[in-house]
Amino acid sequence: MSVFFAILFYVATIVLVVGLALRIKTYVATPTWLKIPVTPAPLTKSGVAFRLFREVAFFESLFKSNRWIWIFAVLFHAGLALVILRHVRYFQADVWLVIELAQPFGIYGGMAMVAGLLGLWARRVVQQRIRYISGVSDHLMLALLVLIGVSGLSMKFVAHTDIIQVKAFFLGLMRFNIQELPADPNLMVHLVSVAVLMMIFPFSKLLHVAGVFFAPSRAQVDDAREKRHLAPWAAFMDDNR
Amino acid sequence: MADQKFETPAFREYREIPALQPDSMVHLQPFVAKPDHNKPLDFPGELVDNWEQKAVEKLGELLEKNKALRVYLDSCVKCGACTDKCHYFLGTKDPKNMPVARQDLLRSLYRRHFTLAGKIAPGLVGARDMTKELLDDWYKYFHQCSQCRRCSVFCPYGIDTAEISMAARDIMDHIGLGQKYCNEIICKVHVIGNNLGLPQPALLDTLEGLEEDVLDETDVEVKYPLDQEGADVLLVTPSADFFAEPHVDGLIGYGKVFHQAGINWTISSYASEAANFGMFIGSYEQMHKISNRIRQAALDLGVKRIVFGECGHAWRVAYAFLNTLAGPWDFLDPKYPVPQHMLEVTNDLIKRGAITLDPEANDDKVVTFHDSCNVARATRMGDMPDGQFIIPREVIKASVNKFVDMDPQTIHEKTFCCGGGGGLLTDDLMELRVKGALPRMEALKDVVDNHGVTHLAAICAICKSQFTKVMPYYGFSMDMVISVHQLVGDALQLGAKE
Repeated sequence: MSVFFAILFYVATIVLVVGLALRIKTYVATPTWLKIPVTPAPLTKSGVAFRLFREVAFFESLFKSNRWIWIFAVLFHAGLALVILRHVRYFQADVWLVIELAQPFGIYGGMAMVAGLLGLWARRVVQQRIRYISGVSDHLMLALLVLIGVSGLSMKFVAHTDIIQVKAFFLGLMRFNIQELPADPNLMVHLVSVAVLMMIFPFSKLLHVAGVFFAPSRAQVDDAREKRHLAPWAAFMDDNR
Repeated sequence: MADQKFETPAFREYREIPALQPDSMVHLQPFVAKPDHNKPLDFPGELVDNWEQKAVEKLGELLEKNKALRVYLDSCVKCGACTDKCHYFLGTKDPKNMPVARQDLLRSLYRRHFTLAGKIAPGLVGARDMTKELLDDWYKYFHQCSQCRRCSVFCPYGIDTAEISMAARDIMDHIGLGQKYCNEIICKVHVIGNNLGLPQPALLDTLEGLEEDVLDETDVEVKYPLDQEGADVLLVTPSADFFAEPHVDGLIGYGKVFHQAGINWTISSYASEAANFGMFIGSYEQMHKISNRIRQAALDLGVKRIVFGECGHAWRVAYAFLNTLAGPWDFLDPKYPVPQHMLEVTNDLIKRGAITLDPEANDDKVVTFHDSCNVARATRMGDMPDGQFIIPREVIKASVNKFVDMDPQTIHEKTFCCGGGGGLLTDDLMELRVKGALPRMEALKDVVDNHGVTHLAAICAICKSQFTKVMPYYGFSMDMVISVHQLVGDALQLGAKE
């Protein structure tokens, strides 16, 4: 059992890291054909960095476009961020102070995360336009995330697992020393669904996490009149004119 | 309109988002290009035999060449933020005119052939093979997008449907399914030098006519020079400016500004077109070829500056692409940006006091301003990020005493397309053009009713043509549309300078 989970998480980690790295490599390597920032756009690189920061930290464009989606999206993503902070302690023998301090917020984060997901899911079902554009995978993705959230919260509020032993298992994994994992059903569900999420990450719409940094419409500097922007594949045309 | 076969949409009292009406626009598609329109552009004359496979191959090639396309096809999470942002959706209610649904027409093919999930479980992730049915949808709905970029402003990942429409049109051209309107026009540019196919003698005749008209009206000899070597400024303006109303009054205005400022300028018959339809069909090669006519004209005439007239998509290619496509501009005067917009020139002259305007000349008008989509969201004027909104308004306010802006949700970066941009300004798409104009017409109606607006000023040849054509459907007079440089020209104090 423990061996199964150990292998599962080694595989999931490799798939996530290598898959994402390859995808990002592709994004970096692919040239942009022209200057296409959506204007008004920053005139400097630091301006662009700030634009992307506002996008990632506050979902600026989503705020402009739809307040309900923005609220649910912020609940989910901010909640998830707190949950991840809380989980860092399972990977540290000596837990940092900031992680200690984040512990209680992680619980609220978990609740916010599930609430946000249910809100987004409700919109997908109730709102005609979003129902129209939703595919099977969009619903399954939400189901998976809700399953992760609910199974996680259940270990806090319904049936505790032996969390000391869980931590020992993960610290062991990091040292290639497989430890025993408690055989609680909610823990099993939680871990399997997390591993599944990690493995589909590089092959699904979860790539938006990387994509948001590479969209030329947001990531380009508005300096088209000052600098030429010749894609390598287009350079030869200059000679034929 | 007595002969129309469709209903002009009603103004929405509370701007409510319409309920979906699936397939409401599935009957509409533009005329298909004939072999004669395709072959000169190096596209196959008609649909090739193995078009399914060729389309996939071309998509693969574009994915290698264009980061935007790849990132946008991956990034969408189907959040729905864009679903109510497209003017064509608001006007037609057709769900495939929601930006995400339009993108999905291409994304489904991408997922089937270029993603693991789409290869293993196509049904799960909406992956589809290339079929006649899908191609039909492509041809229809990628020609119901005006590449206006409004959706991209609201997308949390900056996904720009314009890029996806361009890619889809490029793929279709490469399998022999081109759009007649765009391809026929591009052929004309290559042979004659402008979209309308006006040869040099016709241009000369037109410009001489303008000189006579201005002389009659003002008693001042304003020149409209053609192919004049050694001029300082090469003016590149949309060919509609040479004869269409109200465009031509804008051209008259540019001439008056140059005259009064003492700037020596010329038009080139070889590059007598600012618009670059290569962008509409997503073809870098065509854009490059058309742009380099301007480079050639600038070299041949020995000018020092290049200035563009009022045109939206043209200003996008000029501002954002021209340096890349036809630069570097090391043979031009480095004191000026290349190219400049006519409004930048006029605005500088006003600010420096080199020309004097009397706004009372336009006291019979209450003016509002339509931000052209591509000027607003794909370009800039001046040296500050909001210049494309500020400079036109500054120039209008210097020319007119009574100026009113429309609803803030419909101007600046949130402006609505006129409904005719992106290669759709053709009579075979009239129903789409009328319906797509709805959001702009609603905003105009507000300021007409509440502020007595009499004129809609525009800075784009397509906007001007589109508005004059569709405004009567909404009960407005086509005479309401006016070029910004007509306002300038009418307010300009000719000959008053010492």
